Amino acid sequence: MRRLGSRLGSILESDPRKNPNAVVFLLLALGAIAFPIGVQIVTRGSGSFLISQAADAGVYVLLAIGLNVVVGFAGLLDLGYAAFFAIGAYTYAFVASDHMEFTPIHQAIHIPFWIALLVGMFAAATAGAILGAPTLRLRGDYLAIVTLGFGEIVPRLFRNAATWTSGVNGISALDTPALPIWINGPWSGDAFAVVQNFKIIDPLAYYVIMAILVAISVVLVNNLRRSRMGRAWMAVREDEVAAAAMGVNTVGVKLLAFGIGAAFSGFAGTFYGAKLSLVSPENFGFTVSITILIMVVLGGMGNIPGVIVGALLIYYVIFNILPGLPQQAADFANSIGATGLNTPSGDWPGLSGEVQRLKFLIFGLILVLTMLLRPQGLLPSRQRAEELQKGVHEDTVIEDLNAETT
Amino acid sequence: MTVETAAAPPILRIDHVTKRFGGLVAVDDVTFDVKKGEIFALIGPNGAGKTTLFNGITGIFPPTNGRIVFQGREITGAKPHQVAAFGIARTFQNIRLFEYMSSLDNVRLGQHCRMHAKLWDSLFKTPVEHREEKRVTDRAMELLQFVGIERYTHVYARNLPYGSQRRLEIARALATNPALLLLDEPAAGFTPQEKVELMGLVHKIVDQGITVFLIEHDMKVVMGVSRRIVVLDHGEKIAEGTPEQVRRDQRVIEAYLGTQH
Repeated sequence: MRRLGSRLGSILESDPRKNPNAVVFLLLALGAIAFPIGVQIVTRGSGSFLISQAADAGVYVLLAIGLNVVVGFAGLLDLGYAAFFAIGAYTYAFVASDHMEFTPIHQAIHIPFWIALLVGMFAAATAGAILGAPTLRLRGDYLAIVTLGFGEIVPRLFRNAATWTSGVNGISALDTPALPIWINGPWSGDAFAVVQNFKIIDPLAYYVIMAILVAISVVLVNNLRRSRMGRAWMAVREDEVAAAAMGVNTVGVKLLAFGIGAAFSGFAGTFYGAKLSLVSPENFGFTVSITILIMVVLGGMGNIPGVIVGALLIYYVIFNILPGLPQQAADFANSIGATGLNTPSGDWPGLSGEVQRLKFLIFGLILVLTMLLRPQGLLPSRQRAEELQKGVHEDTVIEDLNAETT
Repeated sequence: MTVETAAAPPILRIDHVTKRFGGLVAVDDVTFDVKKGEIFALIGPNGAGKTTLFNGITGIFPPTNGRIVFQGREITGAKPHQVAAFGIARTFQNIRLFEYMSSLDNVRLGQHCRMHAKLWDSLFKTPVEHREEKRVTDRAMELLQFVGIERYTHVYARNLPYGSQRRLEIARALATNPALLLLDEPAAGFTPQEKVELMGLVHKIVDQGITVFLIEHDMKVVMGVSRRIVVLDHGEKIAEGTPEQVRRDQRVIEAYLGTQH
């Protein structure tokens, strides 16, 4: 009987209703608030660069949340996700800069950033629907190839349609986002005043906007996951035939997942373009698509806090650890007295040069190790974790319970 | 060999349906009616084309020729999700549950096509969506109780014992609120005791006003539960009638036991 009790306990523990994510969300929210304060204290007020970088990381968090809807929820492998990112960014460049004056339109367009966010989102979602409608009838691998192709075509299109996009030079001097009304005060180092058309230049402002956008996205996507649509995605991912027989329009729900993913990408692209004030076809290549996919897989497909953590970690590794690595290696060699390693000679480019060459090999090793040690991702969804356990722990628990109660 | 059943109108009409896979004729010019409110059985040896016919009705593999009429509306070639929306639900011979969803979610998913919450409602958790989720959850609980597996409500479908998985599949199909329920070998792999319980469940379903059309291998189950039977062999209809008539039919005996020489 006690055995039965403990087994009942283990069933209750694995109750899918329980949500361990609440804790992670809380930690992430607190972290997001504490980060700028902490950075300013540690760097004694000169942490602008780090805060600006964190806002950039937020772009990737948005992208990862969006791709998670496509890959994690609906189980569609999208290898050209950066294409929608590019579409969002270029849309902003078209509608919020002087650039259109130099195109056959000869008329600059300046739409406010906040509306442009929606325009970028809409443009990307439309592209997603146009690409998805014919291709989502395909299954698995075929879709991956089609999206891969799309991801290659879009940046190339932006590069070659030079009349409209000024080609490889990209489009620069995009409008700075502005708030229609803002109150200056001690927090910005000014006297109290109500200002109109307040330009957002401060990295902290970008950071705050980003944090708010991410928070809103998390709430919305989480709502979706727990809705009728979320269930339909999960069902389609598991068994398309059964889902269709139960009345789920499989092409429709897949298209919706694809469109929502694209919308997120376009949204993030608009923000990215606005913050950088520059778009160039080089920023949206295949590596971007793959990086976002890595963030989702490594963080834990299907689990929102998982992909957020994954996005932040991968961003940190790629944009902070790896660039600093050559210098650190050189410093380390100096500190242990092996200065000879740092002098280039013949084929040897010096330690820092060598590490520079090996940077992405190291990145690859980190990825391989993580996936070996934690194939389900850092913070996996319960479903994914269980799927990977399949066959490892055959569940005898419930059969036994049944044997004793019937 | 026709059977006179009371004036019940047909709910499903299979009209000269043929299904070819390349050169193979899996279902060959089959015609019969399923009457409203009855328990109708389709039997036949392995490979007779029973499941193929089910797949034809539910739109998974549309028939090559012929018409399928449901409640007076032609549904030949309709997509599976449309067929479900028209009011035909099914279970699968080799159980196809959503293994990594809880029993509750499996049944809630079944109600997908009866839900009206728009994307907007889902995104912002509007009162419409709240009410609907509540209604759907209550209905799912009710159905789990109806098939007798409410104690597995929050357990992943794959962790259910075999018999309960079959019951969960029935609950999920019932969740689509069907007028006609297709059961593909619902008693496969059951013990005699479980088979008796299952027949009880089938009767309970019919009592709710749902027509049941089942494929069964086990003659005993069929004879005990249904009034009218159609027998398929090599894709052809070889007999139709009451259990007694079918049991005595020479072609049926030959199909099941082999020809006497």
